[in-house]
Amino acid sequence: MKLLIKGGHIIDPSQGINGLGDILIEDGKIKETQMQKSPPPPPLRKGGRRGDNDTKLRTIDATGLIVIPGLIDMHVHLREPGFEHKETIKTGTLAAIKGGFTSICCMPNTNPVNDHASVTEFIIRKASQDGYCFVFPIGAITKGQRGEELAEIGTMRNEGCVAFSDDGQPVMNSLIMRRALEYSKAFDVPIISHCEDLTLSGEGVVNEGLMSATLGLKGIPDEAEQIMVFRDILLADLTGGKIHIAHVSNEGSVNLIRSAKKKGVNVTAETCPHYFSLTEDAVYGYDTNAKVNPPLRTLHDINAIKEGLKDGTIDVIATDHAPHHKDEKLKEFDAAPSGISGLETAFGLSLKLVNEGVLTMKQLIEKMALNPARILQIDKGTLHEGADADIVIIDKKKEYKVNAEKFVSKGKNTPFEGWVLKGTPVVTICKGKIYEW
Amino acid sequence: MLNKKDLLGIKELSVEEINLILDTAAGFKDILGRDIKKVPTLRGKTAVNLFFEPSTRTRTSFELAAKRLSTDVINFSVPTSSVVKGESLVDTAMTVQALGADFVIIRHSSSGVPHLLARQLKASVINAGDGTNEHPTQALLDAFTIRENKGQIKNLNIAIIGDIAHSRVAKSNIYSLTKLGARVRLIGPPTLIPKEMTSIGVDIFHDMGTGLKDVDVLMMLRLQIERQGKGFFPSTEEYSKNWCLTLERLSLAKNDVIVMHPGPMNRGIEIVSEIADGPRSVILEQVTNGIAVRMAVMYLLAGVKR
Repeated sequence: MKLLIKGGHIIDPSQGINGLGDILIEDGKIKETQMQKSPPPPPLRKGGRRGDNDTKLRTIDATGLIVIPGLIDMHVHLREPGFEHKETIKTGTLAAIKGGFTSICCMPNTNPVNDHASVTEFIIRKASQDGYCFVFPIGAITKGQRGEELAEIGTMRNEGCVAFSDDGQPVMNSLIMRRALEYSKAFDVPIISHCEDLTLSGEGVVNEGLMSATLGLKGIPDEAEQIMVFRDILLADLTGGKIHIAHVSNEGSVNLIRSAKKKGVNVTAETCPHYFSLTEDAVYGYDTNAKVNPPLRTLHDINAIKEGLKDGTIDVIATDHAPHHKDEKLKEFDAAPSGISGLETAFGLSLKLVNEGVLTMKQLIEKMALNPARILQIDKGTLHEGADADIVIIDKKKEYKVNAEKFVSKGKNTPFEGWVLKGTPVVTICKGKIYEW
Repeated sequence: MLNKKDLLGIKELSVEEINLILDTAAGFKDILGRDIKKVPTLRGKTAVNLFFEPSTRTRTSFELAAKRLSTDVINFSVPTSSVVKGESLVDTAMTVQALGADFVIIRHSSSGVPHLLARQLKASVINAGDGTNEHPTQALLDAFTIRENKGQIKNLNIAIIGDIAHSRVAKSNIYSLTKLGARVRLIGPPTLIPKEMTSIGVDIFHDMGTGLKDVDVLMMLRLQIERQGKGFFPSTEEYSKNWCLTLERLSLAKNDVIVMHPGPMNRGIEIVSEIADGPRSVILEQVTNGIAVRMAVMYLLAGVKR
């Protein structure tokens, strides 16, 4: 198959490309990228076959559209194996494609937990059969995510895990975390930390503040996150291991990461669209779709996170896509599970940062494609010659109204229902297939 | 009539709505004093007490209020219901509605449950206490009792004493009394008073000596003894030494202070018997007024055509 994407505005930070041009794809790989130098644009030569009446060449006219490398989401819950009523590898990867993601990383909190190479192997095999996009598993740091004994990090790395995390069950034992950061150096893989001091967050379900007091819900203070951010920064400094801080939600964490980076600690960080789009007010009325961990914070924190994105303190925008079944969210606020189905709204919400002048388009692509690829050391997030043709075409002007019933993800749990977002992927190309929306 | 289907909390009520309920309750209180204490006002309606937490006085009060209005009442008992078989809360409530309930009176240990049910049900949902959120009918009966004793609520100094953080009674009272123009102060150990409360416009004291000065109304809260050992206070003995309402402390308040307690009381822990049973106590009046206020709430909610 040959495909020509013509006349689009190509942005590929990995090669410093930012301008009008054409991309030729052959057999699922990027064959050639040709930029227009000055008007009138010269036609792209297509290996001398032009005029050969090559019916196999398909052309996509991308005039007025933006052509970028497929996005990478390094924080997704695919739920399979074990929780297929919430999501499967098939539905989750299709949601990714629809959201403009061509590579995603799945967290290990499945059943069984991805704490063994056999589970990694299952996920990779299933993803190659059912997956619409590429799937890179994240292995558990400790056996059963119990925080007691290291899992076989090296073996899982060989099987295909690109990072290690106990995610929602953070490693509370500082010695085990230290060992994980030390040991993982042998395999050059990052440790991803969901920063939460469980003894301080306790039974909390929302941000500790005015909203927790008003609604009579137990609060989680910012400090429950910051204590662990600081601990993990210190341990990364001590060991020289790579720490990646997951879903930064508040100002204090941004400040801790900023000063650690200044000091030269090997730390990277991500945030999620909901942490720069919503405040704790979203839970008013006990909307369980706005229940997420860490909890939604305040306007103050939103501004700090935007500042952190802008100055590079926060490297990555990930979704923490956490699909749940409707019945599970239709419960007492205390009993409902945390999480937001985020793959299908992430790009539109993040593009608002460009429209608001917080980020340039190039920076946004870095945070949603190039930086995750670099942190995870995967050959993705680029349009260089010979790379997999993972390409997304964006219509910056197209508006759409968020309607959870139309999500292809099984998880309809979104606090953004009814929001009108501007800018959406209109074409996603992945694994040799073209999806148009 | 109240222009709403449900009574979820005082937060959601305007000053006018609170006053409407209190005025209506005054009329119903007259009925309670009669020889024949029953009116046919809501004959043919059905109320279901859906209580997921143990309660005697609130459940009985709602039951009597409904019966005085000629409404049929069913007490849905959780330990013998399908809930123990794993039925979801929403399914239980939908079942109760399908049985023909016009009012679902709900008590639950989780904050926000009445709001969840109100969205799912056509029946009127009345919050009889949800988690640490609100207990609106208690606050309404408290406001009614204060108004009866003091004539008005505006500009009174009202102290709420004890475990504010875990008290839905305190929350509802803070909202209602500040809306009605009282100056509210909270007294208790710092571990039991969320500091965010100051932004709602109340004062916080940790010392009874300074906190009780010039107080017109004293509202004591039940110390939830089961909180002991969770780090909120070291022991009930130490709590009592610092925050129990004693005669000596009572003398710091105004001479005509009234003392309230939502019950059940821990005598000797948060309040001494001499005060609970003494001349300044209006604790039993509160119980009687509760029926009138709950009649008013049901009557006013029933007026909404759906």
